[in-house]
Order: sequence, then C-alpha cells, then structure tokens
Amino acid sequence: MTRLAWWIVFIIGALYFLVPLLATFIFSLGQPIGPKAAPPSFEFYGEVLTSPLFWKSLGYSFVIGIVTIIVSISLLMPTAYWVRLRVPRARPFVEFITLLPFVIPPIILVFGLIQTFSQNFVPLTHTDFGSNVLLVAAYTVLSFPYMYRAIDTGLQATDVRSLTEAAQSLGAGWFRILVFVILPNLRVAVLSGAFLTLAIVIGEFTIASFLARPAFGPYLYLLGSNRAYEPAAVTIISFGLTWLAMIMIAFIGRGGRARVAVNRVH
Amino acid sequence: MTDAVLPRVDQGAPTARPGRRFSWSWLGLVPFFAFAGAFLIIPTFYLVNGSFHTEDGAFTLQNYADLADPTIIGAFQASIEISAVTAIIGGIFGFLLAYAVIRGGLPSILGAALMTFSGVASNFAGVPLALAFTFTLGVSGLITILLQPLGIDLARGDFSIYSKIGLEICYLYFQFPLMVLIMAPAIQGLKAEWREASENMGASTFQYWRHIALPILTPTLLGTMILLFGNAFGAQATAYTLTGELNIVTLLLTRQINGDVLNNVNLGYAVGMGMVAVMGVTILAYIWLQNRAARWQR
Repeated sequence: MTRLAWWIVFIIGALYFLVPLLATFIFSLGQPIGPKAAPPSFEFYGEVLTSPLFWKSLGYSFVIGIVTIIVSISLLMPTAYWVRLRVPRARPFVEFITLLPFVIPPIILVFGLIQTFSQNFVPLTHTDFGSNVLLVAAYTVLSFPYMYRAIDTGLQATDVRSLTEAAQSLGAGWFRILVFVILPNLRVAVLSGAFLTLAIVIGEFTIASFLARPAFGPYLYLLGSNRAYEPAAVTIISFGLTWLAMIMIAFIGRGGRARVAVNRVH
Repeated sequence: MTDAVLPRVDQGAPTARPGRRFSWSWLGLVPFFAFAGAFLIIPTFYLVNGSFHTEDGAFTLQNYADLADPTIIGAFQASIEISAVTAIIGGIFGFLLAYAVIRGGLPSILGAALMTFSGVASNFAGVPLALAFTFTLGVSGLITILLQPLGIDLARGDFSIYSKIGLEICYLYFQFPLMVLIMAPAIQGLKAEWREASENMGASTFQYWRHIALPILTPTLLGTMILLFGNAFGAQATAYTLTGELNIVTLLLTRQINGDVLNNVNLGYAVGMGMVAVMGVTILAYIWLQNRAARWQR
C-alpha cells in the first residue's frame, strides 16, 4: 500500500521531468500534433546546425568557458594551497569571499561591474576585448563557491606538506610544485569543477546579455523571440550539452562522493 | 580527517619566526584578493555607495525611502512569494521523491536514474527552460493542444504559463531536483539501527517519524528549502525569457538597468541592496541550520 504511494510520487516526478522535454522535442519536429499538424521533420535541426550564428555563439561561449576555467583554477588553486600550507589564519577571509557570490545574485554583480567599469578609471565596457574580460571575470566570480570548495576538499585529502617538502628538496620551484605535483593530485576535483563551469557558462544569459556579448544564451533568447521551431531544436541540443557535462562529471567522480553544486544561473 | 588525528610534526619555519614569516606569507594571497576586490568587492561597494547618494553626489537616505513605492514593494512581495512557494512545494516534493527511491522499495535503477536526471535538471535553467515550458503549456504547446479537444483551453482560460503561476511551474523544474540531490545523502544517513531500536521499544511508524526521523532531518530540510528560496529569488533569465512583463524584483532591476522605469540609477542601487539584504538573511539562516544539521552527519 505505501509502496504504491511511493510509485505514484515517482511517476508524478518522472512525468514532470519528461513531459516538457517530450513537448519540446515534438515541437522541434514542426509540431506534428494538433489542428495545424504537419508531418514530423528534422529540417529545423538541419537549419540550426547549418546556421553560422549557432556555431559562432556556441563557439564563443565555449571559448569563454575554457578561459574562465583556466583563470578560475590558476587563481583558486594556488590560493587554497597557500592558505592550507602557510596562512591558515586567512582561511575565514578567503572562504567568506568565495561564498559571497551566493549573496550577490548575477544580476547585481553585472550591474555593479557595468557601473564600475563603464565610466571610471578602467573603461572596460567600451571595447569588445574589455567586455570579454568582464565576462570572464564575472564567470570566474560565479565559479568561486564550488571551485574553491572542490579544490580545498581535494587538498585536504592530499598530504600537501610532505609533497611540497619532497618537491622542494629535489629543487622544484613554486610553479613546478603547483603544476606538476599538486595539480595532478586534484584532477578529480578540478575536472568536475571544470565541466560544471562549462555547463554553467554555455547556458548563462543574464550577465552575457547585459554585457552585450554574442554568447549562446542571448542567441537562444533572440532565436526564441523570432522563430517558431528552431528554438525548440536548440533547446533540445542545449539539454543534450548539459547532459553531456553531467555525464562527464559523474564519470570523473565515479566511486567518489557526489558533489552538489548550487549554481546561480537560473 | 588525518589532520585532526595525527599530531603536527612539522610546522615549518612559521613556528620559528612567527611574526616575520607570517606577514610575508600573506603576499601569496595578493592575486586572489586583488581579483576579488576588482571584480566582486569594488563593484558591490559601488552599488552600496551609490545607494546612499543622489545623482549629484550628495549623501541621502532618500533612495531607501523611495523603496516604499508601490511598484517596488509589489516586486519584492511577488519575488518573495514566488521563491517561498517554489521552495516549499519543491522542497516537500523533492524530499518525498528522494525518499521514494531510497527507502520506498522502488527498483534501485530508478534511484540511479533519478539522481542523474536531477543533476541535469538542476543545471538546466534560464532561457532553454523557459522555452521548454512555452512549448509545453504555451499557446501552441503540446499539453495546450492535447487538452483543446477535451474542451479545456489553456490559452483562453484563467491559466497562463506567462503568469506568476506559470513562472512557479518553471522554477519547480530546477527546484525539486536540487532538493533531491541534497536530501538523498541525508535520507541515506538515517541509520537502520535507529528504526530497529524504536521498533524494539514498540514505536509505531508515526512515532518513529515524529520523534526520530523528522527531528534529525528537519535542519537539512529547512536549510535546503532556504537554499531553494535564494535560488529562485535571484533568478532572472527564466523569468525574462518567459515574460518580461511580470513585476518581480529581478525583472524590475532589468528594466531599471535598461533605463526605462525608475529613471533614477541611485534608486536602482537601493533596489539592488534590498535584494542583497534578502539574500544575506537567507544565507545566514542557511548557515545556522547547516551547523545544526552537521551534528547528525557523521
């Protein structure tokens, strides 16, 4: 009897998950159901996949995602390492800052960035390059909470002190230690953080649109307000990309504890 | 964990010369603090500072007094309502769903499938999410079309996906998967011994839940719901794609940044500070509950 109730709960949940996806998929075939039904066709996928704008925006977001990952890791890994090894007293300050993006929603962050960097000492919003810098910076800030945590947890499981001393006694410098000794020990943490960043950056809309960047989110938004069936096809593709990133994370972290990241891109 | 158990043998040079080494070591953190300062702290401070000034640069509290404007109050109310509703419904349903697959006697493959799907769904948000619901419940959405022959016209009736309820339905799509992901370990942490012990002493299922399981789970449950609240409160992309018209605080701020409502950028800063204040309270409540929840998670 109670088992039946749990089945009902599960089925409601499954329907809630699947119906919107199914509806979007059917719509992407040209809405072959209903009064104005046309035979289902994959032509809209073809149209999207041959559209230069689709590839340009996806490519742009992908590159921004990769740059964000590099900036985020090269900023946070040495910091977390240094805090653990040399300045444990700084931990509360560093942790506080890495958790701030939870309190400051992306829309506030981008509002502040635009105001600060449009009229004052560094007018970054006036050029494409400057706006790209701001976009990467904002995404890096968004990655702080989960990336710092992932790296710090990884460091906790590693004997950082001994590794450092062993490397130093063999004559390695700081750069060598960080890149060739510490980083390989953090690959699970760093890689899952990287894929999460990629998933977040590729779908992000708020910051990219306020900075007027030709990213994937604004592209899909524009497509959604101009076209009928193509946006459905891109939505399915976008779901597939999110799925791919999550599968990579699950694959990398297999055997380990699943990590839950609360991202702020809704 | 080993850190706490094993005595620290080597503390390195810092113990030898604490004062001098300590101050130089802080220099290693300069890149991080500089980056955070430039792209997080200063921009935020810019808004804080602007919210206390007029456009001419004179100090004022007027911007905060102006928050009493009915449109602004309405936006905050609507945002808080939407966030609370989706946090509570998403929280309860997500909890039931997680419990169903973990302890409900369902095939374990369904549990694995739910976890994977939750990971994807909690990250599937913004523009594509809003579009997906338009294709489902919008004017020519699948369900709308399927219901029409039955005499139910979602496009004409009281229900609209482009409304507050519609937005709540969208938000739930990322809310309850997040609940599932966070609650699953907590439910798995309910030890079988506790249940057995309570049964040995003659407790009913209701008594087990009332006196054992719920008190243990409550901090995590409430804490996660608070997280869901913040998740919905700061959301902009989904609402903006679904309908730019709703009077919620993120869309109000969007219109303000685009320069068409308040015509007073400093008032916009104050609205932003209002959002930060709500989020701040949310996070403090979350941290407090986390500390309570941590007692049982060993």
